[in-house]
Amino acid sequence: MWSTIWTPSLADLPIPPQPAFLTLTSPKWRSAWNRFRRAPANATPGRAALLSVAALLFFGIAFWFSWRVVTYFRNVPEIGQLLAAKLLSVALLAFTSILLLSNLVSALSTFFLAKDLDMLVASPVDWGRFYLAKLAETVIHSSWMVGLLSVPLLAAYGIAWHGGPLFPLIAIAALIPLAIVPAVIGAAVTLLLVNIFPARRARDVLGLLTVAAVGVVFILIRLAQPEQLAQPDGFHSLVDFIAVLRTPSHPLFPSEWASAMIMNWLIRTPDPLPILLLWTTAGAFIVMGAAMHLRLYSTGLGRAREGAEQFVRGTGWSKVVRRLLGRVDPMRREFILKDLKIFFRDSTQWSQLILVGVLVMVILFNIQALPLYSGEKVPVYLITLIAFLNQGLTGFVIAAVAARFIFPSISLEGRLLWLLRSSPLDPRAMLRSKYLVGVVPLVVLAFALTVTTNLLLKASFFMIVMGGATVVGYTLSVGGLALGIGTLFPQYDSENAAQIPTSFGGLVFMLLAVALLGVVIVLEAVPVTQYLRSSQLGGHGSIDAVGFAALTGATLIAIAVGVIPLRMAVRRLEALEA
Amino acid sequence: MIRLRGVVKQYGKFVAVRGIDLDIARGELFGFLGPNGAGKTTTMRMIAGILPPTSGEIEIGGVNILKRPMQAKAKMGFIPDRPFVYDKLTGVEFLRFTAALYGQDGKAIESRIDELLEIFELAPWKHELTESYSHGMRQKLIIASALVHRPEAIVVDEPMVGLDPKSTRLLKTIFRRFVEKGGTVLMSTHTLEIIEGFCDRVGIISHGELVACGTIEELRTNASSSSAGMEELFLRLTGDHVEHNLDAVLG
Repeated sequence: MWSTIWTPSLADLPIPPQPAFLTLTSPKWRSAWNRFRRAPANATPGRAALLSVAALLFFGIAFWFSWRVVTYFRNVPEIGQLLAAKLLSVALLAFTSILLLSNLVSALSTFFLAKDLDMLVASPVDWGRFYLAKLAETVIHSSWMVGLLSVPLLAAYGIAWHGGPLFPLIAIAALIPLAIVPAVIGAAVTLLLVNIFPARRARDVLGLLTVAAVGVVFILIRLAQPEQLAQPDGFHSLVDFIAVLRTPSHPLFPSEWASAMIMNWLIRTPDPLPILLLWTTAGAFIVMGAAMHLRLYSTGLGRAREGAEQFVRGTGWSKVVRRLLGRVDPMRREFILKDLKIFFRDSTQWSQLILVGVLVMVILFNIQALPLYSGEKVPVYLITLIAFLNQGLTGFVIAAVAARFIFPSISLEGRLLWLLRSSPLDPRAMLRSKYLVGVVPLVVLAFALTVTTNLLLKASFFMIVMGGATVVGYTLSVGGLALGIGTLFPQYDSENAAQIPTSFGGLVFMLLAVALLGVVIVLEAVPVTQYLRSSQLGGHGSIDAVGFAALTGATLIAIAVGVIPLRMAVRRLEALEA
Repeated sequence: MIRLRGVVKQYGKFVAVRGIDLDIARGELFGFLGPNGAGKTTTMRMIAGILPPTSGEIEIGGVNILKRPMQAKAKMGFIPDRPFVYDKLTGVEFLRFTAALYGQDGKAIESRIDELLEIFELAPWKHELTESYSHGMRQKLIIASALVHRPEAIVVDEPMVGLDPKSTRLLKTIFRRFVEKGGTVLMSTHTLEIIEGFCDRVGIISHGELVACGTIEELRTNASSSSAGMEELFLRLTGDHVEHNLDAVLG
């Protein structure tokens, strides 16, 4: 056996036969298949059922909502079809924007930071095949979620217009090139930035990419001017309005062609131009991207993988924080400082704060754009209703931010838990430090967002105070819930903080956080309604015993939801064998 | 078989590798030694074609890796210092994939995979996901993957880390048989005992320069210390023999 195994072929080899595209991508799809096939052994039926119900619920609600909107538009006399086409075009533009953003992040990861790169680059695989395999990986990583999100919307269009059994194929044929173009752009921009920027900074490029992408998305959304469609009164005549509907917002954008391709099928208009434009553009982009890859990848990979950062960021502010925490015992102080330093030195973590910033901007913009004070006087109850809805929206944003930043914090200690557990650090102190680091900025964000939006709404002083107090209480509670559930369902092996909230534990947290939000809002509605009624009747606004009981109930539930998981987390950490 | 001429690697102003010249013949087991951060891994990654050198030439079996990368890489098996396996692939799936990267598939490769798994004592777990493998098992799988396409040269960074004594012995036997059959092994390690009793020649790299190269006896002669142990020799050649006053630290 030895001689057959160890005798090398000494002949001068020609270029070795190249693996098929399917073989080159096999670790990815085979891993996915293995994960799916072997999942039942690890997953409990309860988990699977919960996930299925959540997925069905989500798709059901999304489909119902989309279907209602699409059929409403379709039934508008004269301009229904134009409105529906415009809606689809705006939706696909939004999807393309999201794709652009996620491709920038994915491309850096798949082309420059993936762990299998050493193995692939050291093997005699042709550069073109390597590029296509990595591009396919980027497309799938960044597009699967957008693809799933588009299902309810496109299903609504297909059913409303009787698209027929071939409609799903048409929709897929429109979405594939739409996913390819931003992936090529993402890979190309990443390639350029990795080559331009100084060595040892590949991860920092991510932050820059995100800022650039957010700028592009913002410009795209502003160019679309979606608020125009909601205010047909602003046009001089119906003809003007129809003219706007007929004109493509961005005639050179693939999203416009994809929208035209889908609508042409639905309204039975044979027009091959959008199909040709879409697929030839995608093809041309791949060729151009491959040419860039051939020219720049080798140098870029070298620069991106030159090792860890040599310089250290954040020495100035950490001195300030150290001084501020001067009275805190050294163990807890150093723990807080460690968490802050790691957070701000890892741009994969802080760069997502930019997305939170954009989300906040979108909320503020939408609140300001509400036509509440442009015409007749709006009743107080409507303002209060909107303020209440706004509170729900803010609460949801806070829950999502907590899921992303607080929920993974114990999991991120991962392989270093042995150090923490073997040191005399009290698990309570560790959780307390993580709670403080996560919750303080979140409370500031939540309070500022609620007060600002209520001021923009010109809500009453009572609502401003009520909203502020509620959102602060909710944030304190959700912070404890996120940390607690994150400890109870840890993902110690995960190296990507962004993936941790997508785990089963993340789903449990989000369900509980949203449920708490619902309970708090419903209970708070009692005293708020009482107050408004008494104000409208000419009084100063008062709340009776039932109102106070509801308020107390909401407060107690919030405290319980925040504290109980934290206590369970302490017990879990104490029992943990790192 | 492996030939380096004036190989330089520069990161901005920092020069990691300073003009290394090196020849490793067919049928030779060459040990690469050096302190942490001396430039060993950078050099090995350049030889493997992962990092392009800033200047200089690298040839594998007479093929320039920069000019004809695919032909050069086809002759080589590379095992990095931090090897990676896909967690959700089984051992046999992983080896099948690595063979495909080198253009090999079919029945012949299936039987070779079986033989390799048998030799590395991984056969009972070949249909298990690699996420369930121990560190040593993963290491053995990686080494098997470097051999699956019958390379002419193996470039391996710290192969013995995490292996039990039995596996270490097995690996040494494998590498020795490989070079006896005309193959070439370039191996970096920090385990001085392995270098002394195992490698045909040794190269010592320090601050990016090849400060010594030859058999152990030649190195001893050059360092003018014929009776020095490997550790002493290494410290002399790398200039790292400064004694620290530990009393204050440990007191």
